[in-house]
Amino acid sequence: MSGIKIEEKLYQNRYLVDAGRPHIRIKDPKVCESRCGNQPCTACCPAGCYTREEGRIVLITDGCLECGTCRVVCSPRNLDWEYPRGGYGIQYKFG
Amino acid sequence: MSERFDAIVVGAGPAGNAAAYVLAKGGLSVLQIERGEAPGSKNVQGAILYSDALERLIPDFRDDAPLERHVIEQRMWIMDDDSYIGTHFRSNNFNKPPYNRYTIIRAKFDKWFSKKVQEAGALLICETTVKELLRDDGGKVIGVETDRPEGKVYADVVILADGVNSTLARKAGFREEIAPKEVALAVKEMLFLPKEVIESRFNIEKGEGVVIELMGKITKGMMGTGFLYTNGDSISIGVGCMLSDFAAQKTTPYELLEQTKNHPSIKPLIEGGEMKEYSAHLIPEGGYKAIPQIYGDGWLIVGDSGGFVNAVHREGSNLAMTTGRMAAETILALRADGKPMTTRHLAEYKRRLDDSFVMKDMKKYKDLPDVFHANNQFFTTYPELVNRSAYTMLTVDGVDKKTKEQEIITSFLKRRSLFGLLGDAFRLWRAFR
Repeated sequence: MSGIKIEEKLYQNRYLVDAGRPHIRIKDPKVCESRCGNQPCTACCPAGCYTREEGRIVLITDGCLECGTCRVVCSPRNLDWEYPRGGYGIQYKFG
Repeated sequence: MSERFDAIVVGAGPAGNAAAYVLAKGGLSVLQIERGEAPGSKNVQGAILYSDALERLIPDFRDDAPLERHVIEQRMWIMDDDSYIGTHFRSNNFNKPPYNRYTIIRAKFDKWFSKKVQEAGALLICETTVKELLRDDGGKVIGVETDRPEGKVYADVVILADGVNSTLARKAGFREEIAPKEVALAVKEMLFLPKEVIESRFNIEKGEGVVIELMGKITKGMMGTGFLYTNGDSISIGVGCMLSDFAAQKTTPYELLEQTKNHPSIKPLIEGGEMKEYSAHLIPEGGYKAIPQIYGDGWLIVGDSGGFVNAVHREGSNLAMTTGRMAAETILALRADGKPMTTRHLAEYKRRLDDSFVMKDMKKYKDLPDVFHANNQFFTTYPELVNRSAYTMLTVDGVDKKTKEQEIITSFLKRRSLFGLLGDAFRLWRAFR
C-alpha cells in the first residue's frame, strides 16, 4: 500500500502481550469475506493489525493500540472486542 | 475482594481522577479501578492542559504537577500541498503567571493526578479490567465485576469514566455503539529533540511553548485537523480525521501522519527528532447530538465515555475534569440530603451540567459536525484557494495587482460559484453563531 512500515513505528512502543489470549476475535471469518464489502478494518486500524490474505482477513492483535477503531468501523458487527486483561496490552510511556 | 464502597470509579483518566478526588475529599469510601499498569498507561491526548478546570480541583497544582511548557504562542496553519497561510498569536501576557494553558505528557500527568487522588483517600487498584456492571433484579447498578479472582465489588453508585469506547455502558445497554461519523481517529508520534533545539526552532525561551494547529489539504479532503505541540524536550505531532472519512477514503492513518511530517513547512521543525512512541486514540466528536444517556439507576457517565468533547475549541480533558467533578458533587449533595442514588435523584447531575458551560458550549455547536460532514470544501477547496491567492498576490512577476485580484475572484467563483460562496458563508455563520 505504501512504503511506510507500521512495524517500525510499533517497535518503539511498550507492550505486555497476553500470549495466546487475543482480546479481539473475528466472530465468523466468512462474514468478512462475503458480507463486508470494502473491509475498512484493513485501512483504518492505526496499528495495521488487519491484513488481507487471499480474500480472508488475518487479525494479529499484538500491536493493538486499543483505540476501538476496528469495532466502530466493522459494519457487520463481526468482532468480539474486549480490552486486554488487566495489566496487559499497550503500556504508553508518554501517551 | 467482596467489599463494599460508597462509590466505585472506573478509569483513572482526567474524568475518573476528578470524580474520585472530589468524592474522597468529601469523605466517601472510594474504589478506583484502572486497567493499565499505572494511571496514564492506557491514555492518549495531544496534549494541552487548560488550567481552569484543574485549578477548581487543585488550586496549587502548579507547585508539583509535571507541566511541560506554558503556551505563549498559538499558530493556525491552513495548508495546501506546498504551502500554508495562517495566523500566529503570541503575547507576552501569556508569560505572566498564573499561566493559562500548558503542554503536558499524559502518562506523567495522570500519574501525578492519581497520586493526589490517593492522598485524598481513594483506594486505587491498577492492572484490573472491569468486565461488566453488576445489577440487581430491578436493573439497578450495584457494583462491578473485575477480571480478578473473586472480582466482584459493590457500591452505592458507579461512575463510568472508562473512556471513549465506553465498553461498560454499551454492554449494559445504556447506549448504542458509536457511529464512525461520531468519532475522530487520531494518531500521534513523540519526537525527541534537545530543549535548546526546540527553543531556537520555535523562537521561544526556557519554559515557553508553541502550539500549531493544522488544517486543510494535510487531511486529504477528510474532515480533520493536525497538531504540533512543543513539550520540554519533545514534540507531539499528530493528525486526526473522522473515522467515517478514513473508512471511505482508505488512506491509512499512519500514511497520513507520515505525509504531515513530510510537509515542506513542517519537516524542518521536526528534523532529527527521535521517535519514541506511536499512539492512536478515538476522540468522540459527535457533539451535543451524540451525547448518550449519562445517568441512571446507580450510575453516572463522565468524560469521553459521555462524548464530552468540544471539537471546535479543542477542549476535552477540561470537560472530562468538569463532568467528573460535577458527578461527584451531585453524589455528595444527594448523600448530604440522605437521598438514594436512583435515576430520579441522579438526574440532578444532568441539570447541573445543563446550567454549566459544559452543555451550553456543546449545544452552541450542535450543528457543526453535520455542516462539516456535508461540506468537505472547507477542508479542500478553500485551503487551496486561499493559499493560491496568497501565492498570486505575493509573486512579483510584472502582472498588475488589479488583474491579480480579478484572477483570484475568478478562481473562487469558478470553484464554488457565487451561490456556493454565499451558502458556505451562511452555513458557517449559522453553525458557529
